[in-house]
Amino acid sequence: MQHGKYRFIGGFLVTPLVLYAVFVIWPFIQAIYYSFTDWTGLSPDFKMVGFANYTRMLDDDVFWKSLQHSLLFALLLPLVTLGLALFFAFMLNVGGRRRKGAAITGVRGSGFYKIAYFFPQVLSIAIVALLFRFAYNPNDGVLNGTLTAIGLGSVQPDWLGDPNLALWCVMAVLLWSTVGFFVVLFSAGMASIPMDFYEAALLDGANRFTTFFRITLPLLWDTVQSGWVYMGILALGAEAFAAVQIMTVGPGGPDYSTTVLPLYVYQSAFRDANAAYATTIGVALLIVTLLFAAIVMRLGRRERLEF
Amino acid sequence: MGSTSAENSKPEGVGRRDLIKRSAALGLIAAPTMGFLSACASSDSGSDDKAKTGKKTTKNPLGVNETAALSVVIFDGGFGTKYATDANAEYKKAYPKVKIDFHKTQKIQSELQPKFNGGTPPDLIDNSGAEQMDMGVLVGKKQLTDLTPLLDAPSIDDPAKKVRDTLRPGIVEMGQFDGDPVWIMYYAYTVYGVWYSQTALEKLDSTYPEDWDAMLALCAKAKKKGIAGWTYAGKHPYYLPFSLYPFIAKIGGREVLDKIDNLEPNAWKDPAVKAGFEAYYELYKKGYILKGTPGIDHIQSQTAWAKGEALFIPNGSWVENESASVIPSDFNLAVGAPTGLDSSDKLPFGTIWASGGEPFIVPAKAANPAGGMEQLRIMLSEASSKNFTSQVKSLSAFNGGTDGIELTPGLKSGVAALEKAGDNVVNPRLQDWYVKLQKEQIGVAGLGEMMAGRLTPAEAIKKIQGYADAAAKDQSIKHFKHQ
Repeated sequence: MQHGKYRFIGGFLVTPLVLYAVFVIWPFIQAIYYSFTDWTGLSPDFKMVGFANYTRMLDDDVFWKSLQHSLLFALLLPLVTLGLALFFAFMLNVGGRRRKGAAITGVRGSGFYKIAYFFPQVLSIAIVALLFRFAYNPNDGVLNGTLTAIGLGSVQPDWLGDPNLALWCVMAVLLWSTVGFFVVLFSAGMASIPMDFYEAALLDGANRFTTFFRITLPLLWDTVQSGWVYMGILALGAEAFAAVQIMTVGPGGPDYSTTVLPLYVYQSAFRDANAAYATTIGVALLIVTLLFAAIVMRLGRRERLEF
Repeated sequence: MGSTSAENSKPEGVGRRDLIKRSAALGLIAAPTMGFLSACASSDSGSDDKAKTGKKTTKNPLGVNETAALSVVIFDGGFGTKYATDANAEYKKAYPKVKIDFHKTQKIQSELQPKFNGGTPPDLIDNSGAEQMDMGVLVGKKQLTDLTPLLDAPSIDDPAKKVRDTLRPGIVEMGQFDGDPVWIMYYAYTVYGVWYSQTALEKLDSTYPEDWDAMLALCAKAKKKGIAGWTYAGKHPYYLPFSLYPFIAKIGGREVLDKIDNLEPNAWKDPAVKAGFEAYYELYKKGYILKGTPGIDHIQSQTAWAKGEALFIPNGSWVENESASVIPSDFNLAVGAPTGLDSSDKLPFGTIWASGGEPFIVPAKAANPAGGMEQLRIMLSEASSKNFTSQVKSLSAFNGGTDGIELTPGLKSGVAALEKAGDNVVNPRLQDWYVKLQKEQIGVAGLGEMMAGRLTPAEAIKKIQGYADAAAKDQSIKHFKHQ
C-alpha cells in the first residue's frame, strides 16, 4: 500500500505548511535579508551593504551589554523561577501530612495559596510593571515605606535608579509575575503521578526531601524541561522587554545597566530609525534563543520513566 | 525500538540525481522569494493617485481640491486632540464637500511607519511624543513636502501678510535642515526653564535667585525647613538640559551650544560646560536634590514638586497642563530663566531656551498635500491659535494671539520670560537632530549618572565627549550644522 502515500500525507500537510512558511519562516528570512541592507524603516528605498551592520554590531558596547543581560535573564531567571515553582507545587500537593486520613495532601490552606500564586498571571505584564514602578518609587513607594516602618529608615535604596540594583529589580518582577503559572503547571504534572508511589515511599519512611528528589522530580522531568525552555524564551523576549521598557530609567538605564536585546532591537528600529540594524540584532537574538533551546534540550535529555 | 516506516527499506542516502532535482527545486523557490522580498520593501504605490489641485483663488491660495478627502493623524499627548478637531471643523466649514479622516494615536511611529514604507501616508501628521519618527531620516530620504508654499501664502487674518510673517522667531529656521526648504511646521511654542512656585519662594522670604551663590543660599535655607532645592525626572534625565543648556550659553555665549550641536571635536570641553556641570553637581554634593530623585519618572517628580517637596524643576511649558491636577490652586506657577553663575557670564540674566514644539509634517507622498498645508494655515490663524492657547495652556507658533484670553499663571510667566529674554533666546538642536545622543547618551548615561553622584563633572564631560565623537563619526546618522 505504498502507492500515493506521499500524495496522501502531503494533501493534509500542505495548508498548515504553507501557513507556517508564510507567517513564521517568511518573516525570519525577511529579517535576515534586511540585516544586510541600510533600510531605515521610514522609506522604501535602501541598498545592500553587506556585513556592515554585523561588523558594527560586534563593535557596539551597548549590544554586548544587552546580550550579557539577556543571557543572565535566560540562565538565572528559569533556574530561580522553576526552583521556587517546584517547591511551591510540591508543598501544595504533596507537602502536607496525615490529615483527613489521606496519605498525600498539600499543606494547610493550599487551595488558597494556589489562587494567590496564580493571581499575578491574570495581570498583563504591562500592568505588573506599572504596579512595581510605584512600589519601587524611592520616595513614597511601598518598598522604602516598609523599610522605614521596620526601623530601617537609613536604608533607602534608589531601586530602579541604582545601576547595581536595577537589573535585579526587573528580574524580581518577572519572577513574581511568572512563578504562579509554573506552580499550576507543575501541580497538574504532579496530579498525574500515581498515589501508590508516594504511599510506598511513605511506608518506607521517606521524608519530604527524599520524596521530592526520588519521586516527584524524576517523574516531572519532561514538564520541567519544557517549562525551562518556555521560561527562557519569556526571559529573552517579550516579557523582559516589557518590564525593562516600562520600568527602567531611560529606558534601559541607568547607564545601560538594564538594556536587553529585544529593547535594543526596538530602540534601533523605532527611535533611531535604523531598521536594518534592528533586524541585525534581531538575528543575533534569534541565534541566542535557538542556542538556548538546543542546550537545554541537550542537557536535559535523560531516560524516560514510564508509569 | 526502530521505526517501522517503509523508508528504512530503501537504500540509504540521497542519490546524485535526487540532489540535482532538489537543488533545482530550491532555486525555483528561492528566486521569486528574493524578488518578492525586495518588491515588498520597496513597494511604491501611493504616489500616482495624488488628488488634483483645485483652482487657486484669494480664498484658496494653496489650490485645495474642494472634494478631495483629507486624512489627519494627531499625537494624543499632553495637549490632547481637541484643538486639532476644532481646526478640522474649520476646514470643513471652508470646504463643506470634503470628508476628513481624523485619527489620534500615541504610537506615531508604529502606526505610520508601514504607511510611509508603503507610500500611503496621511496628509498631515503631528509627529510628536515618545514614538516620534526621526525627522533627520525623513528629510534625508525625501519623505516630506516642502512647506514653503504654505509660508508664502497669505495668512487667514490679514491677506496682506504672509503666513511666514505671523510666526514667532525661530519657528521657520527650526523647520529647515540644510538649505532653504522648510520641512516641519512646529505648531506649539515651548518655553523651557526652571519652574517653581512663587508662593513657596515667598514663604521662604526669597525671590528667584539670579546668580549661583544666591541659588545655593536659597537651597540651604529651604533645606533647613526640610524642603529640597531641586528635583528632576530621574528616569528621564534628558529634562535636565532644559535649564542646563541655556545656563551654559549664559556662561560662555551661544557659540558654545552651536559647537555642541555641530558635534565639533572637544565642544564639551569648553570651560563654560565645565562650570555649568560643576554648579549642578554642587546641588547634588550639598544634598539639595530631593532624595530618591534618580529613581522617579517625570510624573512622580512633578508631583513631588507640586506637593512642595522641592522648589525647582527643569521642565517645559507643557508642565502646567500636564500637572494641572496636582498643582494646588495657590501655587502661583512661574518659570525662571536659568540662574547664572556670576557677573562674568557672557549673556545677561534672562537668557532662556524657547523653541517650537509639536512638529507637524506633510508627507511627500501624501495624496492631498495641499489640503494638509491648508489645514496648517487654518491652525495658524489668530482664532485657532487662541483656541489652542486657552485649551492647552501653551503658546502657539502664531506670534501673539494671547490678547483677550485669560492667561494661566504659568503661561503668563512664560510670556514675561520671553519678553525679558528679548534676543537672548537660545535654541539647542541636539534633541531634534540627534535623539539617541541627547536622550540616552548625554541624558541618561551622562547627566543622569552625574546628578546621581556616580560620575564627577570631569568624568561626565569625558564620557559625553566620547559619545558625541562617536555620533560625529557614525555614517548611519545624518549630520547637521547650524547655518
